Amino acid sequence: MIPELGHYALVLALALGLVQSIVPVIGARRHDVALMRLGSSTAVMQFAFVALSFLALTICYVTSDFSVASVFENSHSMMPLIYKITSVWGNHEGSMLLWVLILSLFGAMVALFGNNLPDTLKANVLAVQSWIATAFYLFILLTSNPFLRLTPAPLEGRDLNPILQDIGLAIHPPLLYLGYVGFSIAFSFAIAALIEGRIDAAWARWVRPWTLAAWMCLTVGVAMGSYWAYYELGWGGFWFWDPVENASLMPWLAGTALLHSAVVMEKRNALKIWTLLLAILTFSLSLVGTFLVRSGVLTSVHTFASDPARGVFILAILVLFIGGGLSLFAWRAPMLKQGGLFAPISREGALVFNNLFLTTACLTVFVGTLYPLALEAFTGEKISVGAPFFNLTFAPLFIPLMFAVPFGPLLAWKRGDILGVAQRLMAAMGAGLVAIAAGFAIAGATSVLAPFGIGLAFFVMAGALTDLVERTGLFRMPIETVRQRARGLPRSTWGTAVAHFGIAMTLLGIVCQTWASERIVALSPKQSVELSGYDFSFDGMVQHAGPNYSELAAKFTVREGGVAIGMMEPSKRSFASRNTTTTEAALMSRGASQLYLSLGDTNPDGSIAIRIYHKPMVLLIWLGAVVMMLGGALSLSDRRLRIGAPKPAAKQAAANLQPAE
Amino acid sequence: MRAFASIALLAALLAPSIAFAVTPDEMLKDPALEARARDLSRELRCMVCQNQSIDDSEAPLAKDLRLLVRERLTKGDSDKQVLDFLVARYGEFVLLKPPFERNTLLLWGLTPLALIAGMIGLIIAARRRPGSAAQPAALSESEQRRLAALVEAEAPKH
Repeated sequence: MIPELGHYALVLALALGLVQSIVPVIGARRHDVALMRLGSSTAVMQFAFVALSFLALTICYVTSDFSVASVFENSHSMMPLIYKITSVWGNHEGSMLLWVLILSLFGAMVALFGNNLPDTLKANVLAVQSWIATAFYLFILLTSNPFLRLTPAPLEGRDLNPILQDIGLAIHPPLLYLGYVGFSIAFSFAIAALIEGRIDAAWARWVRPWTLAAWMCLTVGVAMGSYWAYYELGWGGFWFWDPVENASLMPWLAGTALLHSAVVMEKRNALKIWTLLLAILTFSLSLVGTFLVRSGVLTSVHTFASDPARGVFILAILVLFIGGGLSLFAWRAPMLKQGGLFAPISREGALVFNNLFLTTACLTVFVGTLYPLALEAFTGEKISVGAPFFNLTFAPLFIPLMFAVPFGPLLAWKRGDILGVAQRLMAAMGAGLVAIAAGFAIAGATSVLAPFGIGLAFFVMAGALTDLVERTGLFRMPIETVRQRARGLPRSTWGTAVAHFGIAMTLLGIVCQTWASERIVALSPKQSVELSGYDFSFDGMVQHAGPNYSELAAKFTVREGGVAIGMMEPSKRSFASRNTTTTEAALMSRGASQLYLSLGDTNPDGSIAIRIYHKPMVLLIWLGAVVMMLGGALSLSDRRLRIGAPKPAAKQAAANLQPAE
Repeated sequence: MRAFASIALLAALLAPSIAFAVTPDEMLKDPALEARARDLSRELRCMVCQNQSIDDSEAPLAKDLRLLVRERLTKGDSDKQVLDFLVARYGEFVLLKPPFERNTLLLWGLTPLALIAGMIGLIIAARRRPGSAAQPAALSESEQRRLAALVEAEAPKH
């Protein structure tokens, strides 16, 4: 009964989606307020029905209703409750339902919080949002129905892919989808603006909070995925340039560019057409990402769908929205008014520089990911494009970009003084140079490039602080004034500095991996091995029984300078229901650095192969992403972005407190 | 529950334990040579896996390739000779960084091309707008003359 309810709720959502796709557009054309407002009600109702449908599926999973095919394929009665819930989206059908749940959630939020939007714009935005939703409802109902029944119902499920039975994976897809799907709002706004043929700075002000929110989720989502791969796949790497990872990196790069160009548009009414194009491209890349993962066009560790019918359907959605969006852009964009002039050396200029490098970096990832597919399709030749290619092409683009980061916020709008800014950044550059020297002094000449990377990271961090120090008048003014100025500083300024600091932390973490050390050895019980000043002694093997697996763990005592600092227990889990084994690495954090231990084969003589890593500063890679997200959150809480535009009087008061930008 | 756990345990003991990317026994005694082998392994694709280098892969084929690389290195091959040998055997598919050739022209070329085109486009756009806030363009000679003429024409009226 419950699966049928869920199925029916989804059909109803589709019907509402169809209504919302058409009626508000007609309303906007005829300036019929009643028709336009209908979109708001249907958007909320759509969300309610999709949520009901999602709830129904969740109930099926939680109660282990194996008469539902998707539950049978991906769940097991012995699984802990948390994984029963996460396996709802740990499979193709359920993850698509999560996709539309988030899509309809964003639609409902626009309907509820978009009261200050002009009626026609809101109606068009909701209609476009509904076109996307309708396409995906159809996709689910026609090709990937999660509520399909089995008769007779099997007694036990096949279990969730053990590699996915992990808490990191519980949060990774929802965050990633919040990011992907959040960009649909920017897309809908762009298409609505093109339909109306009108776009202004206010548009950017409406779009920016949505983009920012989506970007924050995507940032953490990508980082989460990277951390999950780091500890779960047992190779100790944090980024593999796997097509599925690239699929999430591309929208992130484009979304970051969009975030920056929207600032220019909001503040200076410039780059309007470019911002529109980026909004369309960012969501298009999210769709491409969904296509790459869901169609099974690239089979990789993450992929769990490989049905060509689905692939063709998603491809059709892709062509419809990307092709349609870009055609509309090509047709209508030349009619939009350009505005806002600026000199090449200016805040705007710096943001254009940012956009140029971010979009080129995005292009590199795009070409590298899809080239082998295209080449094989057209010529039949097979080539591989892997990590060595991306490292070689991506890094040269990111280095100048990172170098420019501290300059941007210090440059004035319209016309900036680059020499003056360079002068103000002297202290930051000094910090960078000291870091380079320190890098060489500590590590010697093991790697020539890495110390420069460290220097760059410190330069960016110090640059972000310089911006704050200057604006608050720290070290120059009495502490009370500084406090007042710090409070008066727009939250978005804090956000910028914090986010830039975060990306530098990530860079620092990545560069430090140059000095990661590794040892691969076979150890017998009571033997020990040394790495980077740590001593690992193997105490023996132990057996544990988990709820739906059995675990063989090796106990290690870790000593530093002869003093025991803790135990590490890397293990292997065997899942009988799927006859597979996963490697569970043991991690021990020492500050931001980590010790990483993973198990290999047991040899006949009782010894066991282990892999030990010392990863200096590795946690910074993901902490940096969290800091970036916090920067985004600060910026989002800015009164100027808050929903319900500030009243002129309040704005005046705020303006008085702010130092000149 | 208990029955299930013991079955699972039994299965775990009976199941062949999965192989491990680089195992201790396949490593070379000479650290310099081993380091070269590792570096080369990261450039080579495990052909039965999706997008994994033979250094990361647990597949038996990857192990064979790792041993092959080490064998060639101990025989005194240069890095390039090892790669050439593998390409001759398995085709360019084995290289994770494809060589710059006719069929990879776009792969390597598109990014720098886009960057250069973007820069040129921006320079042209900046030039085409002489009225930009930065540099109010100075009047040309003919404009100066016209201005002078206008001023002169207006002057007698006052």
